[in-house]
Order: sequence, then C-alpha cells, then structure tokens
Amino acid sequence: MRPFDYQRAERLEHAAQLAAGEDTMALAGGTNLIDLMKLQVETPQTLVDIGRLSLGEIADDGEGLRIGALASNTATAAHPRVRSDYPVLARAILAGATQQLRNKATTGGNLCQRTRCYYFTNIDQPCNKREPGSGCGAIDGIAKLHAVLGTSPHCIATYPGDMAVALSALDATVEIAGDGHERSVPVREFHLLPGDTPERDNVLEPGEIITSVTLPAPVGGTHIYRKVRERSSYAFALCSVAAVIDMADNRFTRADLAFGGLAHKPWHDPRIADLLIGSEPSAALFDKAADLLLEDAQGYGENDFKIPLARRTLTAVLCEATGVEA
Amino acid sequence: MSVHRKQDAPDERNVLDTTKQGVLGEPLERPEGLLKVTGTATYAAEFDAENCLEGVLVTVPVVRGKVTSIDRESALQMPGVVAVIADERLTGRAAQGMAGEAPFQPAQQVCYWGQPVALVVAESFEEARDAAKHLAVEIDEDGDEAPLDPDAVEAEQRKPTKNGDLAHAMTQAVHSVDATFTTDGHASAAMEPHAAMAQWDGQSLTVHASLQMLKFNRAELADSLNLKEEQVRLISPYVGGGFGSKLGISEEAVGASLAAMELGKPVRVVMSRQQVFQTVMRRSETTQRVRLAADGEGRLTGFGHEARVSNLPGEEFAEPVLQSSQFLYGGDNRLLQLEVARIHRMTAGSVRAPGEAVGVQTVEQAMDMLAEKAGLDPVELRLRNIPDKHPAKDKPYSSRKLAECLREGASAFGWKEGPRKPRHTREGEWWIGSGVASAARIHAVVEAKARVTLRPDGTALVETDMTDIGTGTYAILGQVAGEMLGLSLDDVEVRLGDTDMPPGSGSGGSFGASSCGSAVFLACEGLRDTLAEKLGIEASDLSLKDGFALWEDEKKAITEVLDGKAIEEIGHFEPGKSTEDYAVASFGAFFAEVAVNHWTGETRVRRMTGAFGFGRVLNARTARSQCLGGMTWCIGNALTESLLFDPTDGHLANCDLAEYHVPVHRDVPDLEVLLLEERDAAASPIQAKGVGELGLCGGAGAIANAIYDACGARVFAYPMTPDRVLAAMPEA
Amino acid sequence: MPITINDTPHDLPDDPRVSLLDFLRSHAGLTGTKKGCDHGQCGACTVLVNGVRINSCLSLAVTHDGDEVTTIEGLGSPVSPSEMQMAFLRHDGFQCGYCTPGQICSATAMLKEIAAGWPSDATEDLEASPQLTGEEIRERMSGNLCRCGAYANIVAAIRDVAGESA
Repeated sequence: MRPFDYQRAERLEHAAQLAAGEDTMALAGGTNLIDLMKLQVETPQTLVDIGRLSLGEIADDGEGLRIGALASNTATAAHPRVRSDYPVLARAILAGATQQLRNKATTGGNLCQRTRCYYFTNIDQPCNKREPGSGCGAIDGIAKLHAVLGTSPHCIATYPGDMAVALSALDATVEIAGDGHERSVPVREFHLLPGDTPERDNVLEPGEIITSVTLPAPVGGTHIYRKVRERSSYAFALCSVAAVIDMADNRFTRADLAFGGLAHKPWHDPRIADLLIGSEPSAALFDKAADLLLEDAQGYGENDFKIPLARRTLTAVLCEATGVEA
Repeated sequence: MSVHRKQDAPDERNVLDTTKQGVLGEPLERPEGLLKVTGTATYAAEFDAENCLEGVLVTVPVVRGKVTSIDRESALQMPGVVAVIADERLTGRAAQGMAGEAPFQPAQQVCYWGQPVALVVAESFEEARDAAKHLAVEIDEDGDEAPLDPDAVEAEQRKPTKNGDLAHAMTQAVHSVDATFTTDGHASAAMEPHAAMAQWDGQSLTVHASLQMLKFNRAELADSLNLKEEQVRLISPYVGGGFGSKLGISEEAVGASLAAMELGKPVRVVMSRQQVFQTVMRRSETTQRVRLAADGEGRLTGFGHEARVSNLPGEEFAEPVLQSSQFLYGGDNRLLQLEVARIHRMTAGSVRAPGEAVGVQTVEQAMDMLAEKAGLDPVELRLRNIPDKHPAKDKPYSSRKLAECLREGASAFGWKEGPRKPRHTREGEWWIGSGVASAARIHAVVEAKARVTLRPDGTALVETDMTDIGTGTYAILGQVAGEMLGLSLDDVEVRLGDTDMPPGSGSGGSFGASSCGSAVFLACEGLRDTLAEKLGIEASDLSLKDGFALWEDEKKAITEVLDGKAIEEIGHFEPGKSTEDYAVASFGAFFAEVAVNHWTGETRVRRMTGAFGFGRVLNARTARSQCLGGMTWCIGNALTESLLFDPTDGHLANCDLAEYHVPVHRDVPDLEVLLLEERDAAASPIQAKGVGELGLCGGAGAIANAIYDACGARVFAYPMTPDRVLAAMPEA
Repeated sequence: MPITINDTPHDLPDDPRVSLLDFLRSHAGLTGTKKGCDHGQCGACTVLVNGVRINSCLSLAVTHDGDEVTTIEGLGSPVSPSEMQMAFLRHDGFQCGYCTPGQICSATAMLKEIAAGWPSDATEDLEASPQLTGEEIRERMSGNLCRCGAYANIVAAIRDVAGESA
C-alpha cells in the first residue's frame, strides 16, 4: 500500500469537493478498495473517508424504496420492505460474499466493485483496465471467470457483483452527487462495456459520489436470483440470473431478467422481455430466449462453457418461475 | 539414561493393552485447547521482541533468468527502510521434506515466476510492504524457451514395477477398463502464512518459525546460513497448519535470519498469502492412465497405473502417485510407471498425503467402471480383489482392515447392494447418487527421541522437538506417557517444538504419532524398569495406576517410590526391518452421497461416511478429527481445488483464497467416521499407524463415482467443477 | 476520540495505512486475532466492531475512532472462557487453532444475527424468522475457512451453544 493522505468528509458537499481532487478516491466500506490498495492496484494519493456521512438510511419514498449509498449490504438484505417487495434484491445480496463482508460493504461501494480478473489484480501482469495500453493477459490466458458477452479486444473482464444484477432486473436508478450537481442514472446504464476504455467501469466522473439507489414501486411477481458458482458459498458467479416474472392466464405479463458473470456489466437485453411477454411458457420459448441472449456470445477457450451454462441457467430459472417441466 | 530400540521384528507384546491407567485411546480434550480457543496460543509471528524490524520478501515476475543488479537505494531512500538483504545465501525455493540441507541457492538464479530474490527490512510492516514493491531489480531474462506445459515436454521415466504382461492380460480379459484421468495442482493453503522471527546474539540464532520438522529444519537453516547446527535454535510450539508446506524451510526463515544477523536486531518476516501460493510448494498436476483386466467374476488379472507429474529441474521429488497401487489390489500382470516432466512452476513437493491423495481416487473410479461392466456391486468387486499377500513382493500384510471397513462402512452408510445404473433418483432439479472408494496409505516411521521425566511430585514431563500442527501431538504423547506411568493426562506436561529438546520425527507423512509415540513409550519403559528396581521387583510384575505402583497385593504412591528424586529417560526409536518384512499400510473405505444439479452441473456432497483402520487409536477424538479433516479435503479435491497456471508466462493466476477454492463450511455436510481398532505389531512398538492423511486417500473417487451414479456423467478430470460435469452430462 | 478494544481505550496509529488487524496484533499486542490472507478471503481476522462482525484486515484503524472493538481476548480468557470457547473445546472444533479465534468471534456474532432475524442465502422463507438449521449455520459460517477441516465439529459446537442437539 502506498502512503496516502487520509481525510474524513463531514458533509456530502465536502466529500464531493475533496473527491474531485487529483488521484483521490472515496472510501466507504473499504472491502474492495483496501484489498486493491494492498495489492497496489489502486494507489490514490488522497483517500476521502465518506463512511460517516449520513447516507445510510433505507427509506420509503412514497412509491418505491430509497437505499442510501452507505446502507450496508446486510441492512439492505435484512430490511423488511426489501424482503417482502424486492426479494430478488435480498437474494442477490445474500448470495454474494460473506456475512462479515456484507456487514461492511455498502450499496455505493458494491456498485463500484472492480473485477476479479486475475490479471487486473496482479500488477505484474498486463491489463488494459489497470494500465491502459499494457494489453490483456486474460484473452490468451486463464479466462475461466471471464465475459462472453459485450467483450472487446481490450478487455474480457466481468463485473463481479450480485446486487447490481438484481438492481438491473428491478430497473433501479443510481442517484449521484458531484461538486454542485446531482444526477440520476438507471442502473442498466451505470456500468459500461469495456470497448476502447476498459479502465472505466461505470459512468461516475471524478468527484462524483453515489448517494443512493432508488427502487421503483414494487411490481409483485415471482422473484428469483440464481447463482452458479464453484463453491456452495463464498465464490463469485460463473453465471447468475436475476428474474422478476409475472404471469396471467398462463402468459408472461412481466419478464425482467438480468445476468451476472457474463459481461463487464450486469447484462440486460430488452428483447428477451419483448419475446416472452404475451407468450405461453414452453421449453421451446425458453430456448428462443436463450438464443437471443447468446446470439453474439463469444468464448475465449476457458470460458466457452459459460455459453451453454447461461442457456441452461436461464432455462432453469424460467422453468422454476413458470412451473414448466423441461 | 536412554532406551534405544531399532524395531527389527513385530512387537507382539502389546504392552499398552496390559497397562492399567486406561487413558490411552480415550477421546480426551486437547491439553492446549484452552489456549487455542482463547487466542492465547502463540504462533511464530506473535512472539514479542523489542525493536523488532519487519521484513517483506521481494519477488520477481519472471519465469527464468538471473538477477543482474539490485538498486538498493530505490528502497533505502523510502521512509523507515533499514536494509535490503540480497545475500547469496538467500534461498529461492522451499526445502523438500526431510532434506536436512540447504534448498536451492542463490535466490538470484530465478527458476519460476514469483520467486523471492531479496528482502526489504523496515521499521514498520507498512513501510516494508510498500518498499518491497518499489525495489528496482534488474534481471537477465531467459524465459522464452522455458518449458511451462507438462504435457509438451519429454518426461524422465522412473524405475517401473513390471510383473507378467499387462498388455496381453488386457487382450485376454473378460472385462477391462482403460481410462485416463487428470488431476489439477493443489496448494496446502495452511491458514497460518509462513512466518519467522529471528534473533542473533552474535554467536547463536534463535528463530521462532512455523515449521513441521524441526531437526531437519535446523540442519537446513544452518546449512543455508553457513552456521553450525548448534548455533541454531528453532522454536515452534504452535503451527497454524502445515499439510506439507512447512516440512522444509522456506524463504522467510532464511531471509529473517540473514537480516537479523546483518542488523543485530530481531527481524520478523511473514509471507503474504499470495507469496505463500506463488513460492512455497504445490502438489503437481497429474495425468494418469489406469488399466484393469478382469476375469468373468471381476477378479483382476492385470493392473496398470501410469502417471505423469512435474517438477522444477533439479528437484528429486516426484508426486508418488502409484504408492498404494503397489499393494492395494491384486492382478498378476502389473505395470506401474511414474514419469516426471521438468517445467518451470514453483517447487512441487509434499501436500497432505502426497501420492495417494491423487493416486487412489483414479484407481477407484476405474474400479467403479469395472464393477459396472462386470455387473457387480462396487463394494463386492473390491472385496473380491483384496490380495492375500503383497501382489508384487512375496510378503504378508502386517494388518489390514480393508474388508471390514468396506463392510462396516457400507452398513453404517446404508449402502444399497447390487449392480448399479445411474440416474435412478431425482429430487427436483437434483440427481441423487452414491459412490464408494477404498482408502489406502503407506505407513512410515522415522527415528525419534523424547525425554520423559518423572518428577518428585509424581507428575511427568515429556519433552521433544516434535511439533503439533493441529494433529493432536500434545494430547497423544501425554496419553502414551500417562498410560505407561499410571497418570491422568492432567498430570503429564508435554513440551514440544523447541530444538533444545530431544529431536523427534517431526510432523509429516502421518508418521509423527507412531514414531514419537514410540519414543515416549520407550522412555517410559525405562522409567518403569527404574521404578521396579527401586521396589525390588520385576518390571513385568509392576502396574501403575492413578499415581500408585501396584504389585502382587502391594500398593505404594509413586511419589514415595521416587523419594524426592526425579528420574528421567530418553526414549530413542529407530525404524528397523519389521516395516520391510511386511507390507505395512493403513486402509479404509469411503461412502459418499451427492446431489448434482441437472441444469448447472453444480455438485453438493450431502453426506459421507469414512471407515478407517490405522492400528491402535491413541485418542479417539483427535483421530476422528484427523479423519474429518481428510474427508473435508476429499471434497475440495473432488470438486473445487485447482491451481491455474498462465500458459504464456507460467505464473499462478489464482494465488489467493478467493480464487483457489478450499472448501467452505457450506461445502461440508455431516460426516460420519468409524474407527476400526486394530493392533499392528510390525508398524511400531505402540502398534499404531498413521491417520493424518488416510482420510484423504481415495475419498474424492467416492464422490466422483457418486456423481456418475447420480447423473450419468463420468468425469475424468479433477476437480469436477460445473463446467466439467456439464460437459460429461448425458443429453437425455 | 480513541478506539476502545475490549473495554480499554487505545490511541489510533499515525500511519493511516495500518489495518485494524495489524493495529490489534502489532500495536495493541492482541495477537489472538489472526492474519490468514490479509484480503478478506479467510475470516481468520474476524472481530466485532460495535457488536457487528467484520474482517479487520479490510478496515483501516484510523477509521475506527470512537468504535468499540471486541476480539477473541475480549470474549473470554483461559481462566474465564466464554460458552462458545468451551463448546469449541468440547467438540474439538479446531485443530491447528489458527482460524479458531475468527471462527469463535464469527459464531458468537452469528447467533445474535439469527436471533435478530437477519436472513441468509440458506433462508427458505425471506419473510419468516430464520431457523437455526445446519444449512443456516454452515452458510453463515462460510466466511471462515478452516483448512484442517474441523467444520463438522464447529457446527456441532455452535449447535451445542444454541441449545440444540449436536
């Protein structure tokens, strides 16, 4: 860990001012940032501790729910409204990390969690995300964890989190504050694909801080978060599916799906809902949904398996939600 | 006084069955347990020393090359940095188990990615950690041609075992199996990272270290530093897990010592978790071909096991994959052949149960395939193939509970007899199935000494440099002494892990308990002789119980017999011909039930039973815990553990505990352990064999067989991760 | 404001890089809290901060002014061990002992979490109070690795303390 200047922000405006400084990063729960600072993957000169700002509230905003950026993952998953109205979110959070980590990890920090790519976390390896222009070690290397959707020749890393996948299915919105401004960004647009700028994980500009995530009014339906992993707990997703499904007269009336472990961002493809809504569930239909999801999928050898795995996991989730037996 | 015995013949006296205390074998709590559960047991890095400096190893991202220069100033100019140690005596690899001499030097000759080449010492850990990343090292790199792929190089053949004509037997067989398996590399991943704290007084060196075999480690460290052994003292009362990774010294011990000697101050060096993964020891990946030829009744006529493993150039160690294949099953026509590929990955060495941990499970899968072909119950097939005598050498087994373990294990597990067909049970998305495997592990004993003192107050003191790496040494040595001297465990003090005490065997190869236990036993025999002499009776007429000497109708307190004077003996045990004249090994059986997800290929072990026979049980509680540990490793071995090496530069990609998947709590269901008592007179004077590794030898095969029974996926690659299970899953 | 560790106040370190874990071990002299990975991947460093369990390796000491930290030494001592510590001893819920303090801190906090109704990945009905099943215990303890493989005995120890048959 490099030496850094430690500052504590007392108010949000103060935090945004401080965070706008050069080589400055905001510290919330720290479960990802301190890990990466020890590895010297992150080397801020100034660390702004925002951990004591009053951004931890989870509040009813009349329709939906407003989850403060500093609400711990534990608090969110245990919140009665989340458990009753947004169970896919509770399930996704609980499928990630461990109780100790969730107790410390925050909503905002979790959205900003960086990839687990082995080449990103090893500063002696090439990585365009960590060091633009240095190359991608994973494309011809160990790519088991890596993306099959939306990759670029510069980066095949995945976004590793679970919570954001559920937030994407729920079509939540990220509230952001900068030095003197505020803006809202749909979660589905918050994370970026790697393209030519894999160093950018998301749309946050220097000095911007996430203040909350807002959930739209509850929509009911069946909520499922399905995570496939190599251990039964405490492992990152090989593939995950967040689903909010509703049916009427044996036809889909809602099919909000998002996918984790497959791309540089929680993957959401609106064409899948378009296909499903109004149709009767069947194995053949689910296959078509998977065809849509995976039509541009590209494996890199070691992660080729994710393509059939994603198909099967999607099918499993749709079968579970609809009662179709396949 | 000292009692020396080289065991050239079985010790059939079973003295420990004639003693009266009744403490041996009892499931007693660990005497050091209270310290461990309260966080007051002191591990290597935790010894207090005033003005202790902190060292951090500097590693280089090059697979092969030579360090040409180190810009010390690049680190020395940083705050708090005191020294850069780049001595030629720095070692670049871990020592192999029982090497007793310096491992590879100089460290500046780089042979694998991530090799340590220097040490940065600073006032604080934070300063040293940063400076170690900053130190400028120039290397003449020679990595382009360095072989990295074990399958792409010509391998060195080790001497084969050949009997009859296996190829012919295969053509004549009624039923046969010819299958090739792979196992990925494993890491020991002991929870305590390698650590050393060294102090130098100008003449002698004291190192608090995390090591398994102190008498060998002392010689290794002295040789590395050009010191005399007498100048080196190692202290390791508690070791936070070893599993082979601390058999020999590693770079942190040499680095801390050199720095302490150069600076005249105590220096602590603790490896980062990443460094432990990248530099210490790996279990080699293996490729194994298993051939079984059988007659119409499923009796083996031919047995073949060939394996390819890898190691660095210059390393003698080769994962002994075929070790138990020598004697587990019959078959007159045999071929066992091991070969070693020379590649540039960190040293391959002992990881818990070297050989059998990956060698038995493949044979056990092949046996399962044979049972299916022969239409036999897999348990029955194994029972039919237990040989009468060692199949390649004309010698008897000393003791063997294999058949009993298979039968009693099957009964406890609720094994359904008869031939099997996969995909018989489904619960929702999950296929449910079960599998069996035999367990086998070679037996070894090693020279060991221990001093036992009977103190005037009637309590006993046991002293040896033997270690307790979680195995239960404190308990079992105390119990052997208590049994022999008629004392409760509370009245026996056991001191371990200090080279100032008599040299034990060290912890490794499951030989610690039987070797050091025998040394304690011999010392106690000497003490009993002395007591008998003091009483004027024959030792064979003396009984000791609850602090009293008993003979004929007489009774006298031991304190009275001692009359204010301590008596002591050093027991000196040496292995002899008895373990050569017999096939001596531990045996057992595993039964596993798994659920395999139809959609995702995820596999969960739902329950597991292990039945084991390993000679005399010294403490039923710690022995059971050893078995539980082994079975937990079976789950990691079968399902999750795999070292991933980059094909381009050979570095270990998953070098931490997030990405190298040791099993977590949720991966491990309720486990049942059956301990089948036996007496193995040839194994050791206390009739005990080893148990620390047996629980890992074959169980992954039971899980693999259960996966097949559940869903019909016969997977030939370990670990059986979802991608591999799905690839083998039948379509319909 | 100082940090309070096991009821004793301590001044915070000057170097902001010092993790809470290193602060406990090197500055406060409390080596019962273990460093197994230093990256939040093993749980050996688990302590309670204001009653909540966290990985002390992934927290900077300077961020903890005013906090109350409880370590394994604060739960009990050899002369006065806690119920959970005694249960680990009885059930042989450890071998080498290195992950043990973290396991015990975690288990102690976990029983309170279940009592408080926090759900886990193993909770079948999110809206009901979680039950103390084996699967719940295993899931909730999965942040504490044990390489010796004492898991089965650890679960038995926890069940014992929770008052269920082991």
